[in-house]
Amino acid sequence: MTQVLPSVSLQINGQPCTVAADATVLQAIRSAGLHVPTLCHLDGLTPVGACRLCLVALEGHPKLEPACVTTVAEGMVVHTHTPELEGYRRMAVELFFAEGNHVCAFCVANGACELQDVAVEVGMDHSRFPYQYPHRHVDASHALFGLDHHRCILCTRCVRMCDEIEGAHVWDVGYRGSACSIIAGLDQPWGEVEACTSCGKCVDACPTGALFRKQDATAEKQPHPERAQQLAAARTDHRWRNQ
Amino acid sequence: MSSEFTPRTITIDPVTRIEGHAKITLHLDESGRIADARFHVVEYRGFETFCEGRPFTEMAGITARICGICPVSHLLAAAKTGDKLLAVQPPPAARKLRRLLNLAQICQSHALSFFHLSSPDFLLGWDSDPAKRNVFGLMAADPELARAGIRLRQFGQQLIEQLAGRKIHAAWAVPGGVRTPMTPETVAWIRQRLPEAEATVRLALKVFQRLLDQQLAEEQQVFGTFDSLFMGLVDDQGQWSCIDGQLRLVDSSGAVVADGLSEDHYASFLGEAVESWSYLKFPYYKPLGYPEGMYRVGPLARLNVCERIGTPWADAELAAFRACNGTTASGGRIAISSFAYHHARLVEIVACLEAIGQLAQDPELQSPHVRSHASLNAREAVGVSEAPRGTLFHHYRVDDDGLITRVNLIIATGQNNLAMNRTVAQIARYYLGPAPLAEGAEIPESLLNRVEAGIRCFDPCLSCSTHAAGQMPLRIELVDATGRRLAERVRD
Repeated sequence: MTQVLPSVSLQINGQPCTVAADATVLQAIRSAGLHVPTLCHLDGLTPVGACRLCLVALEGHPKLEPACVTTVAEGMVVHTHTPELEGYRRMAVELFFAEGNHVCAFCVANGACELQDVAVEVGMDHSRFPYQYPHRHVDASHALFGLDHHRCILCTRCVRMCDEIEGAHVWDVGYRGSACSIIAGLDQPWGEVEACTSCGKCVDACPTGALFRKQDATAEKQPHPERAQQLAAARTDHRWRNQ
Repeated sequence: MSSEFTPRTITIDPVTRIEGHAKITLHLDESGRIADARFHVVEYRGFETFCEGRPFTEMAGITARICGICPVSHLLAAAKTGDKLLAVQPPPAARKLRRLLNLAQICQSHALSFFHLSSPDFLLGWDSDPAKRNVFGLMAADPELARAGIRLRQFGQQLIEQLAGRKIHAAWAVPGGVRTPMTPETVAWIRQRLPEAEATVRLALKVFQRLLDQQLAEEQQVFGTFDSLFMGLVDDQGQWSCIDGQLRLVDSSGAVVADGLSEDHYASFLGEAVESWSYLKFPYYKPLGYPEGMYRVGPLARLNVCERIGTPWADAELAAFRACNGTTASGGRIAISSFAYHHARLVEIVACLEAIGQLAQDPELQSPHVRSHASLNAREAVGVSEAPRGTLFHHYRVDDDGLITRVNLIIATGQNNLAMNRTVAQIARYYLGPAPLAEGAEIPESLLNRVEAGIRCFDPCLSCSTHAAGQMPLRIELVDATGRRLAERVRD
């Protein structure tokens, strides 16, 4: 007999909504047909609340909370688009641009980049913060793929994709502060990491042009963020014969 | 150019550095007569350095951003260099599509140079009000010609958009070929627009020929008429080419100095000198040394190096061009006046339009096989294309992962650098007169007008970026043999 989860009722932007008691606020927002921008979140992967774009205001709660890692509660009153939230969201996107070296003009993901999309969505036309122009490098040691650290926003979607879906755990996060970066294996060139199965799922999950196929030139990246959810669902539903 | 002057420091205002102002110094000899002229380019952009560390597949996208007027030239040179790094031949359809894109680009850029930038000088008069001596003044004086010229440029720009998805900075050409074939809609569009474009260049040739016969005789003599080498691409039959072929150099007598040269070995026959007073390099033909190895590139050079263009109307115009501009010493074969660049541009527009018409009828351009795929196979490559302003070289070295370790770009305006200085010196000598110049000598407005027009013959990128808005900001200094400034004239 299938166990029926209890549900809770809450209000989002004045709109009543009922969802399963273990749902996240982000799931509730989406089930109500509403939208908040996200970057680090990817359906099918464990949420981590890293990018802070999905921050929401909860009435009676003293601080803003990321919707992707906050569980709903009965009677919760959620606001997704207050002036304060919109200001913070734009600031977060400006900081992403100021922190890395994002040059859309010749980027492999130009036109198919989630960072570009959220910049448009939050109305960012320039960054109020000084660009850091960090010295970073491109790891093109893998035969098929490349990692351009200039474009990495440390969303860790690749880390989770490789660990949770592919099970190879090639990627991790190394170093601290402004030196923090995605590392392959034991901080090796990607092409030397034997654990890598060359499946390309990390490239599919990357929201920017940081991970790319080496054959692709400017504006040729075709991302597939939906694959994490497809693969996670297929595994949960035992769609493969050998499971 | 003479080199006996002692080096000296010229202070350049940082404002002029960022605003793209031109600066020219005229150098006098001991007797107070013009010995030398220097066209200073004081903008530094650093593309060659910041490309280092990038994947070579990005080079077409990065280098196309060098210029908003001729991004196609860099795109094609970068894509051709990429072909060689992959060690693949693009499919035949892709080669033809790249050629079509370059024809559209040459057509639009030459229309811009002739109608928007230079024709106001001829049609409104050298000494007319500089504030009105521009395309807007032309619209007031001859609206039909101005409109036709603007529409001709639009034809080239829109053809680029039809093929590549956008007019400026399209990243359509890629290592191994191009992204998409020509559509039947583009073929229909070309057929519909081509007759109007042809009528425009026919009208422009008629107007320009009349001016040459009447009031432009002096300019033909004074605007950079001197012996030099000429370099350009020709196909395997010695015909005019804009993208594929071998390099040929001819001298002012029409003798072929070098033929069948491959861009792969450019460093063996082209040297790049550097002068402390300009960020523009000074390429020269190595066997003759620097600066004797001065050569010109661009429309004038391409018409001088080719045997024929290969299409009937363009060949007739080439014959007329040679009859009008060819020197007696070369048996009418070679035009040595830099002023003939303008006429050469019109002939090249004819060549482009005829070739576009032919390619539109070729069904192969609609083939879906437009890209060859491979991974990195070579570590170093040189690509070449004929930009509207002349031969363009891209030279890349990459590491084992395909990341750029060294870039060298040889740009057309740089290759014309020595000839531009020579042209300015010749114009200054003529318009300042034969008398020795001394402290406080006046630099007349008429000299400024001629000097800027002399530079504009070469259509350097500087004129594109500054002249179209009205007038070209210009500063001329007169410097004596000891390096002392005698006079200055500035026009902002």
